[in-house]
Amino acid sequence: MDLAPILSDIEALCGAPLSARGAGSDTVLTVPPAKARAAVEFLKAKHGFNVLVDLTCVDYQGFGKGTQNVSPAPEGRRFKLVYRLMALDAGTGLIKARLALDSWVDGESVPATIKDLFPAADWLEREVWDMFGVRFADRPDVKRILMYPEFTGHPLRKDYPIKKRQPLIGPADASARERLSPADLRPRIVE
Amino acid sequence: MEQDLSAPGILTSQLDQAIGWARKYSIFQYPFVTACCGMEFMSVACSHYDIDRFGAGFPRFSPRQADVLMVVGTISHKIAPVLRRIYDQMAAPKWVVAFGVCTCTGGFYDNYATVQGIDTILPVDLYIPGCPPRPETVLEGLMLLQKKIQAQGRRA
Repeated sequence: MDLAPILSDIEALCGAPLSARGAGSDTVLTVPPAKARAAVEFLKAKHGFNVLVDLTCVDYQGFGKGTQNVSPAPEGRRFKLVYRLMALDAGTGLIKARLALDSWVDGESVPATIKDLFPAADWLEREVWDMFGVRFADRPDVKRILMYPEFTGHPLRKDYPIKKRQPLIGPADASARERLSPADLRPRIVE
Repeated sequence: MEQDLSAPGILTSQLDQAIGWARKYSIFQYPFVTACCGMEFMSVACSHYDIDRFGAGFPRFSPRQADVLMVVGTISHKIAPVLRRIYDQMAAPKWVVAFGVCTCTGGFYDNYATVQGIDTILPVDLYIPGCPPRPETVLEGLMLLQKKIQAQGRRA
């Protein structure tokens, strides 16, 4: 499927020129967060993008520090939401097109939910909340999906302390206990 | 039959041996399988390596009927209370085997989600390292466990 008319349609929808990268089934389009839901809805309704392959998030805080890499994150927006869509022909079972949408948000913003468009987005949005702390609008009571309710913070944020542990039972700092040494790397009995 | 046989203690020590012998060859195990080590556990448990030779081939899926808790695979903090509860439900005498490096130390999962060794939440009798351990390693461990059970007699 030729993506050019789709891209121009989305540009018209967003009312601004959009940056696209990649080509063919790797095309990624960056849309403003306020228009992300509208773009997904539009792609589903008008262009047959009927499968939500993934909805996830990337934290770019500190990206490229000390390296040649330049962070693609716009000023003040550290999280990139990624919507990956696929147009599947139900008759033939063939994939007609793939398209990814990027949308940059900050930690405080509440992007619109798409779980009414794609029921699969329900758990994916919960995962984004659980891991990154990006909450979607219209779901004020969102629950964690992977971590337990007692857990505080969002572990995949770059500023989550890498050594922080929140066990439900057992010691909070397990590093203090006796460790197995390489010499013990065979089955052994503890008296 | 007026004679008191218990005084010299000979009968007691022989009974210990008999109980230890009986227990070590009738290990009813509870497989608590959470991750990829489970594949290797299945390989040990099935006929190719055949832990039934050691009397340990009979998995019980109720902790109340099990003697050995086989913890096979990564234990996350979320599942840790469940594992502890299953251990508490087992009737004594009971033993715990940490199968694979994740259960021994957390393995390479030194992160927010993983218990850094199940010995931080319950007592472990036997550590079997490896990622995953080869079946031969498991069999060696099983024999060590049998040795321990034999040595404990009825004291366990």
